[in-house]
Amino acid sequence: MVRVVIGRIVSSLLVVVSSSVLVFVIMYLLPGDPIDSMVNVAATPPEVIASLRHQLGVDKPLPQQLADYFGKLLRGDLGTSLLTSEPVLPKIAAQLPPTLELAAVSLAIALIVGLALGVLSAIHRNGPIDWIARFVGLLGISMPNFWSGILLLLVFSIRLGWFPAMGSDGWRTLALPSLTLGLIGAGFLVRIVRNSMLEVMSEPYIVMLRAKGLTERAVMYRHALRNALIPAITVIGLLAGDMLAGTVVMETVFARQGIGRMISDAILSKDMPVVQGVILFSAVVYVVINLLVDLSYSWIDPRVRLRHRTADTGGAIR
Amino acid sequence: MRERLNLNIMLGKRELRPYRTGGLRPRSYNVLLIAAAAAIAWFAGCAIAPDWLAPYPPTEMSSDSLMQPPSWAHPFGTDYFGRDVLSLVVYGSRDSLFIGVASILIGGLAGGAIGAISGYIGGLTDAVFMRAVDVLMTIPGVLLALAVASALGPSLFNMVAAVSLGTIPGFARLMRGQTLGIKNRPYIVASRSVGVTRFGIYWKHVLPNSLSPLVVMATLGIGGSILTGSGLSFLGVGVLKEIPDWGELLSQGRSYLTVAWWICTFPGLAIALLVLSVNVIGDWLRDRLDPRRRGEAN
Amino acid sequence: MKPLLDIQRLSVDFNTKRGVLHALHEVSLTIKAGEAVCLVGESGSGKTIASKAVMRLLGHENGSIVNGRIALSGLDLNSLTQSELRAVRGKRMAMIFQEPMAAFDPVYTIGYQLVETIRRHESMSKSAARKHAASLLGRVGIPEPELCMKQYPGELSGGMLQRAMIAMALSCGPELLIADEPTTALDMTIQAQILRLLKELQKEFGMALFLITHDFGVAARVADRIAVMYAGRIVEQAPAQELFARPRHPYTRGLIESAFMPDRERGEKLPAIPGSIPNLNALPEGCVFHPRCLHATDRCRVSEPPTVSFSGSEVACWHASELPGVSPMPESRPPLSESGGAGGTGWGRMHAASEGEDLFRVEGLYKDYPLRSGLPGRPRAHIRAVDGVSFTIRQGETLGLVGESGSGKSTLGRLLLRLEPATAGTLFFQDTNLTGIGASKLRRMRKDMQMIFQDPYGSLDPRWNVGELVGEPLDVHLRLKGADKKERIEEILAAVGLDPSVMNRYPHEFSGGQRQRIGIARAIALNPKFVVADEAVSALDVSVQAQIVNLLQDLQKKMGLTYLFIGHGLHVVRHISDRIAVMHQGRIVEISPSRQLFRRPAHPYTRALIASIPHPDPQVQAEPDRMDGEPLFSTRTLSGCRFRMRCPLATDRCREERPELRRLDGEQYAACHNPLL
Repeated sequence: MVRVVIGRIVSSLLVVVSSSVLVFVIMYLLPGDPIDSMVNVAATPPEVIASLRHQLGVDKPLPQQLADYFGKLLRGDLGTSLLTSEPVLPKIAAQLPPTLELAAVSLAIALIVGLALGVLSAIHRNGPIDWIARFVGLLGISMPNFWSGILLLLVFSIRLGWFPAMGSDGWRTLALPSLTLGLIGAGFLVRIVRNSMLEVMSEPYIVMLRAKGLTERAVMYRHALRNALIPAITVIGLLAGDMLAGTVVMETVFARQGIGRMISDAILSKDMPVVQGVILFSAVVYVVINLLVDLSYSWIDPRVRLRHRTADTGGAIR
Repeated sequence: MRERLNLNIMLGKRELRPYRTGGLRPRSYNVLLIAAAAAIAWFAGCAIAPDWLAPYPPTEMSSDSLMQPPSWAHPFGTDYFGRDVLSLVVYGSRDSLFIGVASILIGGLAGGAIGAISGYIGGLTDAVFMRAVDVLMTIPGVLLALAVASALGPSLFNMVAAVSLGTIPGFARLMRGQTLGIKNRPYIVASRSVGVTRFGIYWKHVLPNSLSPLVVMATLGIGGSILTGSGLSFLGVGVLKEIPDWGELLSQGRSYLTVAWWICTFPGLAIALLVLSVNVIGDWLRDRLDPRRRGEAN
Repeated sequence: MKPLLDIQRLSVDFNTKRGVLHALHEVSLTIKAGEAVCLVGESGSGKTIASKAVMRLLGHENGSIVNGRIALSGLDLNSLTQSELRAVRGKRMAMIFQEPMAAFDPVYTIGYQLVETIRRHESMSKSAARKHAASLLGRVGIPEPELCMKQYPGELSGGMLQRAMIAMALSCGPELLIADEPTTALDMTIQAQILRLLKELQKEFGMALFLITHDFGVAARVADRIAVMYAGRIVEQAPAQELFARPRHPYTRGLIESAFMPDRERGEKLPAIPGSIPNLNALPEGCVFHPRCLHATDRCRVSEPPTVSFSGSEVACWHASELPGVSPMPESRPPLSESGGAGGTGWGRMHAASEGEDLFRVEGLYKDYPLRSGLPGRPRAHIRAVDGVSFTIRQGETLGLVGESGSGKSTLGRLLLRLEPATAGTLFFQDTNLTGIGASKLRRMRKDMQMIFQDPYGSLDPRWNVGELVGEPLDVHLRLKGADKKERIEEILAAVGLDPSVMNRYPHEFSGGQRQRIGIARAIALNPKFVVADEAVSALDVSVQAQIVNLLQDLQKKMGLTYLFIGHGLHVVRHISDRIAVMHQGRIVEISPSRQLFRRPAHPYTRALIASIPHPDPQVQAEPDRMDGEPLFSTRTLSGCRFRMRCPLATDRCREERPELRRLDGEQYAACHNPLL
């Protein structure tokens, strides 16, 4: 088991490093110069531009730049913003709390609504709950999040005045954006959970459990649900990643502070160190989520534990 | 289990999966399906011949009807420049549809090819390709598209490139799984045993049998790409043309939200409706093509 | 005495998209307390539906009881509410299922699932329930019950899981145990163990046993009474002895004959029931069996026969009284395991064959499969599927290859055709060394060596029609075009007994037997010299198996084919083979002429296999060679003889020294230090 975990961590690190290399290379290869966004090129003497370029290190060849970047990275230095000259790492740290808040609350809404609706709709197949669930599911994958955000804003904030239209402090500002993201996420989850439940419900062991005289409640919630969660966990992991991505749009729509807003601004103004930093951060988040998904797999599904055990000993299989 | 399978066989083929018909009840399902097809047809019409379907030229600005609420003359109202919102929506459908379809075609082909090669050849090729796909997956699609689109600059083609990049991993993984599953089916060994070449087996047996989930994913993916595309426009890295697309229209309308709700609402409705229709078709395809619901696959 | 289970005129319908399906029609059956009743039928006969109807488990599959009555000691099961029903299920009647691997919830331990059942019905403390569960597991023959309690279903073999499932069914002392194909998914020797266990437990617990099976052999071992089902109807019902002695319904007769393949001369045709099982949505008029019945008259075609009684048996056939009530298994014949002398034409043929030259020569063949290892760079563990096998196959003969699952027999078949590369060893096909040739030469060689696959559903590309499927080998090797190709395909289809008009139809439109004919058509399309038939009839219904065996033998005669016939059904292999090789854990432990192998097996394993063949006469139940234990799967190689753990004759020498295949008597070879000869 320990060996498996170490293996996972090593490969995760590799993935993080390669994704930041990838972004670095993409940004390097793509046209456009960070200098453009810093100064008015036409009005600046060429010597000044050249010295600026030298100062930023962008006049060096790609491998050199990469090496510099990773060298700094190892010392915990993510560089400084080209626009504001702030160091990137503290900047990210400062913007993190509102974004995490939003993502976490949205994920919680998605999980509660999605799991409950998905399970109930599979159990009460073709009943009214199933209809609602399927409708929510379809809407979840069809609604543009910026639009549903705006609609909520229009109704609950502009018309009814229940919630503030912007800002990022307090639960009242959190309500609308997290509801938007959460319900869309719930839509995704409903579809998966419902299918997965229906799949499990047609397994032979479900018939066996009924033949043992178990109550329908025990069959569904003790047995079917736990098995149905196994494929759903991957989706929950993906969903957690999506929530973070969703904050990019939500923070724009609801004029919130946060990482999402920060990166979209940075991308639009070609503030490379910030873009790099945030993408590195999101890669780390992705990898951590994946690790959590794997861990919960082996918690919920003994077969995974068994596989790990046999991989460790290399020994006897059944 | 076995008995149920046998029932399938007795019935001749398919069906008789009394439970787990994923779709809605047959009749209402059909109504929904027809409505979805009609909606898609309408949007396709808008994309092909907008000048026939739009009541006004999209650029016509009339200073005497600024920000009019919906009326008979302007069913979707007018915007800040006095342009007819309905006409803008009609004209905007071309870009949205094009981005949706083109980026899925490109992403599907590229991802499908990567997955197919990875799954069929296996070994080191597989390891390298899949690690690359893993890396691509670590960056959320929206961020990747945002970065690429903003770096490449505003153009329709760049937008397609940006959106399609994020769809590659999904297709690659799906196709790899399919290929792996099918290449070990008994009928593949059977073809090998009569002496068909490796490429021949791939082309004649593996590929045709591995495509249907890809088709489903592509259909559902069109919806997703439309959403991503209009999301990018909304965030300001759109195509930037004289005629705005839906996302940009929404973004513009957002400034007047307090005074003119219709500018934002109708383009959004168009996006939602189009994506919903595509997804309904996608769900229907999935139910039709799902091998578990067909007797033939096992 | 009042019956324990009383089923009267039970009819079950299924609602499907294509309308209502009448799965059971007026089924009547009674089981007395402590009695063992078998319901025998082929796939689609409705036998499983009948068992689920008793448990009232059909509701979740859109099935409903439309007519009739099911009573358990007077209690009308059909009128119970769901919660009343749940109190009966698992308590007064329990059920065990066909696929033990699929019938346990994979994410809970065996112990949890047993305790859950016990505590559902008995007010018992957790620890008392655990104790009870462990003692039950011990009773059903699980070696370490305490360990087993903590294990997950994925960690146990099929045989052990089936034992655990039996323990679970017994946990609340049911009056009626329903067993739906309890041994079908298991190996022969395990199957015999489980049946013996069921029979013992039935006596010990004094319960009634309702066993559903497709296999008359299983029924013969267990049943006091047997009911035969066809297309949702019970066509005959009689005490077991009576049924085997005097089967009255033509279907019963046909089924018994196909199931036991009475000891006939090799090459002689097996009696087979023509045609295939009807679709439930297109049942024939009149007697449902008439299209396949040799005795059918106009009356049978028009009206459905009523059930009538004949001295203890109940038959639904218009001609039951006219048909000779004679056993298809003449009693003069001794039981299989001691059968007949060595004379007859079979021997003559075999001698002729033994003088034929070698077509295939296999020397020291090995096959290792790597196990996925945790990290790269570590030495990889292997599973040795084929472990140093040498033998020859002669021109024109049929070599049978038998063994339990995991013995490596199918791997060996694929190695011979080089569908997989061997790890070591050489293969000579005529004068060509197959291990030494390149890919394109090999592809050309494939023209002469073909394969028939086990799974008639999976081995045909579902997207290709019959013409394309049969035409594929022609495209590869002969490049026939247009009319020539079509003509050739029609010829081939006719040779395997298919109508040429099926060319444009797709595999899913055919029954299992017909699909297997398509598979055979592909295999013979190029006039090969050698064909590997890998479990070619195992997946088929009993009544269809005989048809396919006859076809294979016909083709052999006409085309001068040489077969390697791989199978686990010993009587089928025995009927078709000149010589038989017995495989055990990757090694051939015995190879000998087929008659001789059955008459005088030399290896204890062979003897045990033969003893596990069921016999139709319930009186002949002598089991001198009961074999306990299960085959061992391990990456570590067991020293010496691999059978020694299960062998009653094992000595110290068996532990130390690996026995090599050596000649014992004439054509008979065995790898054993203490052969039985």
